[in-house]
Amino acid sequence: MSLHKLTLCELQRKFTAGEVTAKEIVRAYFLRIGQVEPKVKAYVTTRKEQAMVDAAALDDSLKGWRKTQPMMGMPLAIKDNLCTEGVTTTCSSQMLKNFVPPYDATVIAKLRAQGYLLLGKTNLDEFAMGSSTENSAFGPSRNPWNLHCVPGGSSGGSAAAVAADECAAALGSDTGGSIRQPAAFCGVVGLKPTYGRVSRYGLIAFASSLDQIGPITKDVADAAFLLGVIAGHDPMDSTSADVLVPDYMKALKKKDLKKLKVGIPAEFFAEGLDPEVEQAVRAAIEELKSLGGEIKEIQLPRTDAAVAVYYVIATAEASSNLARFDGVKFGLRSKDTKDLLDLYTKTRQEGFGPEVKRRIMLGTYALSSGYYEAYYGKAQVVRTLIRQDFDAAFKEVDLIVTPVTPTPAFKLGEKSEDPLQMYLSDIFTISVNLAGLPAIALPCGFSKAGLPIGLQLIGRAFQEDTLLRAAHAYEQATQWRTKKPAIR
Amino acid sequence: MEITKQEVEKVAKLARLQVTESEVAVFTKQLSQILTHVETLKKYNTDGVQPTATVLGQVNVFRDDVVRPSLSVEQALANAPEREADGFCVPKIID
Repeated sequence: MSLHKLTLCELQRKFTAGEVTAKEIVRAYFLRIGQVEPKVKAYVTTRKEQAMVDAAALDDSLKGWRKTQPMMGMPLAIKDNLCTEGVTTTCSSQMLKNFVPPYDATVIAKLRAQGYLLLGKTNLDEFAMGSSTENSAFGPSRNPWNLHCVPGGSSGGSAAAVAADECAAALGSDTGGSIRQPAAFCGVVGLKPTYGRVSRYGLIAFASSLDQIGPITKDVADAAFLLGVIAGHDPMDSTSADVLVPDYMKALKKKDLKKLKVGIPAEFFAEGLDPEVEQAVRAAIEELKSLGGEIKEIQLPRTDAAVAVYYVIATAEASSNLARFDGVKFGLRSKDTKDLLDLYTKTRQEGFGPEVKRRIMLGTYALSSGYYEAYYGKAQVVRTLIRQDFDAAFKEVDLIVTPVTPTPAFKLGEKSEDPLQMYLSDIFTISVNLAGLPAIALPCGFSKAGLPIGLQLIGRAFQEDTLLRAAHAYEQATQWRTKKPAIR
Repeated sequence: MEITKQEVEKVAKLARLQVTESEVAVFTKQLSQILTHVETLKKYNTDGVQPTATVLGQVNVFRDDVVRPSLSVEQALANAPEREADGFCVPKIID
């Protein structure tokens, strides 16, 4: 069997057993990347030669005494908004086209300490702002299931790379659905951990109160495995939580949902939901029931406020976070500027694409004198109401099940002219970020056109183990994961 | 909520963004649409509701004030668009 088809856990077992070398792994993956990458365009940067050097060094170090660590020799793709020391990190922006971070993000440092192999950096919507990768300054990635469709976003490159077997697993980041939505569109697994579960140090900030790093993988076990490696408190991120990290692989042993109450929020099955998506999700709910889950109708009455709240809070935080890109210490600097103000405004004009500018404008407006209370202040209090809805729901149930997206993947160009329509397509994912909860997306079917459909499970804060258990039970009871895209 | 071209120009100035005539026109229309959607939040009664700034409820997180290794001057300057000696070079601020 070709190595690139293996899951992360399967490959890990082979490598630990000494059945395959790191060099063989890198060679196999770059053979695959050579075949499909011209069509999929998942990567911004690939590092074939350097990965071979890393692999050779790793193999040499294992000669004689074979002592491996969990991620040793594992070939990963990393979203290009995570800082990798010595490897260009662009955020898919002209602003950072040549930025070489002098340090690793904490998640990268953890992987590197275990000897992982970095295959490359994956494409995203510029500064993670978007739902399709069409906002990348370097061109969009494609959906492996249909090359005319978007892979979703903003972690579209990571999801496409996993779906196309161009890496064993990937990391993404999720501010309003940026892991789960592309995972759903590409038919893979995406996990957004609880806010604070994974250190954000070295993640180039978009909206600091919402951003979270998480795994995008071929199956649920891989997500559990990778989360276990990256999770944990970090003194370098004051918002990371000092909460014990359980053994997520152990959570997978219970292959049912017995004694779990599963909530179905009526608000997520309303107008605008594609009938094929609804059908697939309803069938998945039946499956969860047959696995022992107790299904309950619940209410999340403030769901329709989520998009408005999100696009005020996220853009307000972004307008502040992106103020650092001023052409002074790193990143792009506009040429021939007459004074400092001119340098700032021209650099930002040249360096940012239209969506990033639009969001900076919106956020600046929402925070500006005279409008702060009406927009930012109001969004912050309605955010509290959204959290209260979830708090009330989780008094009754252990899990909430919803669709990930209202429709399967849309065509390239279909929504790029209408920002509000694009924002509204995030309706099912963003309330989770506003409440800081963990959620997982996994495949639950295909449309007639052959596009994947995603199922979302939402859990209580820091109960990723329950999420993973239920997702794994469902996955093992169904066959969706065995289907692979033809890529043509 | 309709916003005016003048407001868009003012916000661009606050955000240190140079915008073209056509960008101003597009942003005026798009921001008006988005803000109109945001106005729907008015229907929620939020009297007495506390705002959420962060979900974890941390207040201040302190660490001990000890000397630790940090980036070298060369590392810190490696991405500088322009440098002079051990510093970042910027246009003259005071005549």
